Amino acid sequence: MDTFQDTIFKLKRYWADRGAVIQEPYDLEVGAGTMAPETFLRVLGPKPYNVAYVQPSRRPADGRYGENPNRLYKHQQLQVILKPSPEDVLDQYLGSLEAIGIDLRKHDIKFEEDNWEAPTLGAWGVGWQVMLDGLEITQFTYFQQCGGMDLDLVPAEITYGLERIVAFLQNVESVYDIEWAPGVKYAHVRLADEEQFSTYNFETADVAFLWKSFELHEAECQRLLQLFAKTKDRRRFPVLPAYDQALKCSNLFNLLDARGAISVTERVAVIARVRKLAVGVAEAWVAQQSPTEQEAA
Amino acid sequence: MADFLLEIGTEEIPDWMIDPALADLRTKFHASFGEFAGDALQTEATPRRLVLIAKDLLERAPDTQAIAQGPYVSAGPKAAEGFAKKQGTTVDQLAKAQDAKGERYVFHQHVEGQAVNDALREKLPGIVAGIHFPKSMTWTGRTGVRFIRPIRWIVALLDDVVVSFEVADVKSGNTTRGHRILGSKTPVPVTNNTYEQVLRDNFVLLRADDRRSRIESALGTNVHHDPELLGTLIYFTEWPSVIRGSFDSSYLQLPREILSTVMRHHQRYFSVLKPDGSLAPEFVAVTNTDGDPDGLIRHGNERVLRARFNDARFFWEVDQRRALFDRLPDLDKVTFQAKLGSYGEKAKRMSALAGELAEALKADKGTATRAALLAKCDLTTDMVKEFTELQGVVGGLYAKTQGEPEAIATAVYDHYKPVSMEDAIPRTLEGQIIALADKLDTLRECFRVGLVPTGSKDPFALRRAAQGVVKILFDARLDLELAGFCEGVPGLLPFMTERIDFYLREVRDFAYDEVHAALAVPFGSLADLEDRTEAIHYIRPTEDFEPLAASFKRIKNILRQAEVEHAAGVKSELLVPGPEKDLFQAFEQVREQAAQSSSYREKLTYIASLRPKVDLFFDKILVNDPDPVIRENRLALLYSLLTEFSIIADFSEIVTEGPRA
Repeated sequence: MDTFQDTIFKLKRYWADRGAVIQEPYDLEVGAGTMAPETFLRVLGPKPYNVAYVQPSRRPADGRYGENPNRLYKHQQLQVILKPSPEDVLDQYLGSLEAIGIDLRKHDIKFEEDNWEAPTLGAWGVGWQVMLDGLEITQFTYFQQCGGMDLDLVPAEITYGLERIVAFLQNVESVYDIEWAPGVKYAHVRLADEEQFSTYNFETADVAFLWKSFELHEAECQRLLQLFAKTKDRRRFPVLPAYDQALKCSNLFNLLDARGAISVTERVAVIARVRKLAVGVAEAWVAQQSPTEQEAA
Repeated sequence: MADFLLEIGTEEIPDWMIDPALADLRTKFHASFGEFAGDALQTEATPRRLVLIAKDLLERAPDTQAIAQGPYVSAGPKAAEGFAKKQGTTVDQLAKAQDAKGERYVFHQHVEGQAVNDALREKLPGIVAGIHFPKSMTWTGRTGVRFIRPIRWIVALLDDVVVSFEVADVKSGNTTRGHRILGSKTPVPVTNNTYEQVLRDNFVLLRADDRRSRIESALGTNVHHDPELLGTLIYFTEWPSVIRGSFDSSYLQLPREILSTVMRHHQRYFSVLKPDGSLAPEFVAVTNTDGDPDGLIRHGNERVLRARFNDARFFWEVDQRRALFDRLPDLDKVTFQAKLGSYGEKAKRMSALAGELAEALKADKGTATRAALLAKCDLTTDMVKEFTELQGVVGGLYAKTQGEPEAIATAVYDHYKPVSMEDAIPRTLEGQIIALADKLDTLRECFRVGLVPTGSKDPFALRRAAQGVVKILFDARLDLELAGFCEGVPGLLPFMTERIDFYLREVRDFAYDEVHAALAVPFGSLADLEDRTEAIHYIRPTEDFEPLAASFKRIKNILRQAEVEHAAGVKSELLVPGPEKDLFQAFEQVREQAAQSSSYREKLTYIASLRPKVDLFFDKILVNDPDPVIRENRLALLYSLLTEFSIIADFSEIVTEGPRA
């Protein structure tokens, strides 16, 4: 039986063999692998790119103090971006399931419609949730828009829910019983995270501090975007650091939301503020990447 | 004659879009190729293919005659030569025809019908790319073809010849693909004759009916009959098989509503029933496989269901830590609508409105106001966050568990009903009141801030809300004046009236003019309105009614022309003995009889009995008497007739076949 880490190794190897860059997780708090710049920014513009990485994804409101066998504040996604999407993308995906030991002839695979939309990123796509014997194991999305811009090289995004898949493979009832490494359970590695961050996110986080942080990061992002607009030589302009600031705001928004600190009237407005940052960064990134910019540089 | 086969091979299409897409394909094909006859158009689909089969197409469209209009003969020979040249002929081949302006040259041209293969090749790319989907995507670039999911192959065969064309970089050919897992790993060649069998050999049952039979025959005993779920599963599978699994009976302690929702909506399982109709600890799943020889699929599905049920049990237990009523302040953080604030505010408005409704309907006000406050509290529970389709139901179940009175729990449980015209209304008066308060509040508030449906756009489902209000008022026959609850909200009463009109015509099957006649009179309760409509419908076939309706129309016209707008009172001493006096006496008698009767049918029967007198009056009496005093009195008589009997309906709305006044 493969451990949690074995399965990750196999998936990475599989996609590496198919030409994907194997990246490491992005080192900031994100809600999903989509938000890492390897996806959010790289899907923009005319350059093909294939990449795979595990992204620990934080969803403060989903925390359950480690008490629920299937719900986590932070789960691990294995994110694959194939830009543009190859014609046999679904066959390649099914091959990856075989690679981690799923004999598809003995199991039931279905593709159920599931369209994806992220208002804070100005992004949406169409696709499926992939069901294996009734269990949702993957989100598959053809990106159509990102940062408010239509995509020309339409990428396929494959997001594996690693805990679910491995719990299935190991036939355990609780994610905490997953064997992460030989003799080491998931609980041993991660339970403390779940307990402490649930407590912090729901009870202890200082709301005033969170708001203050939000405003500081927002201001820094806006400052950079304004500066970008005025800069002629943009080759080395810190667009990526500006995106870090936007990501910080997104996570702080999620924390404030979990903490119950965002009122109705504020909520829509705060989402719009985060979206404005993300869209601004996406536009700056595309401008920085465009051929005319590079020639000028 | 030739047979044509088109298979559009795609990635998995959402089940609910398949039938409309097939209908659209059929329509578009017929519109483009109708001249090739081929009446026997068939369409079929699986999740991965949209298929059209046209039998017995003509090899060539029928030839046609085109007539080109040339210059008038009077324009001279040069013009004629120019025209002939343009038509590729000579002047001696032209014919002449006469029209209003004189004699002109015409050219009768024989146009050969297009070969079917050419026509198909030319038009199919547009037809395929033009199939309408509610949500589509691009995959070949921003300006590329839009389709529901990427097209991966196309089979287009006229008998055994490929009809060559290209859509979204995919060239048509003669190879199809089988089941993703069970079929051939490489494309398989087909002909018109072998197509279905080749698919079958590759684990694809092309026909939805075949897949349906395959599922039905394997379902087994005591399975909950669910045609809608079956219809979905047919378009989820190419080679359906059925597995039967079980779960621990301890989960049966959870409410049936929750278990059923998990099984049906989240897992697409059929429930299994015990002989007494209660749930058995079993389920039936439909897979896209050739059986489950090792039991792995059953094991996997049981495991998923167990996790789902555990979640539900966990949510139930966590949710019970806080009483429903204590969650009320949390609703301040749940958005109702961006312009309309939170559910907390809505709950308060609903409660006030429920109080008014309870008073008007003589229900217990305390029960109504508390149920209204509780109604939306389940939106903050983990259970509803997970199973949103159970909103209301969960609130009702929790209220009951937490010791709220039965009347309150049931009212909360039912308050989203009716969700459609087919759905039942809430079972109890309190439930009806909360449902009305909820829907009326949504309508009033949305109209107030201008969120009004336009054309086919109705993002807040206000038509459905209004239809729900109307259905409750009619079905429960509540003695409520709807108009009072629409006051101060411009546009709302006319909007509600449209739904009332719709309900009486479409659900109760009354003729439109009967409904209009009844609706033309300001209405109180809808029950009363329905009774009046019903009475009109009842009296209508009787011989006196339509002629009387025609006379009312005449009276209305006379009064309009004479600009009579209020009654002066009939002076009986001025009435001329004979038809005039007779009519007045009959009128007084009928008025008396109608007033004493409590049935609209009877009232209308009395009114209709006036017909001979009215006819005679118009026959013998000149309303416009030279003496203004007599004339005024006659108009007053007509005015009394019209107003007195128009309390039930405006009879002039009835469409009559006889001569009109």
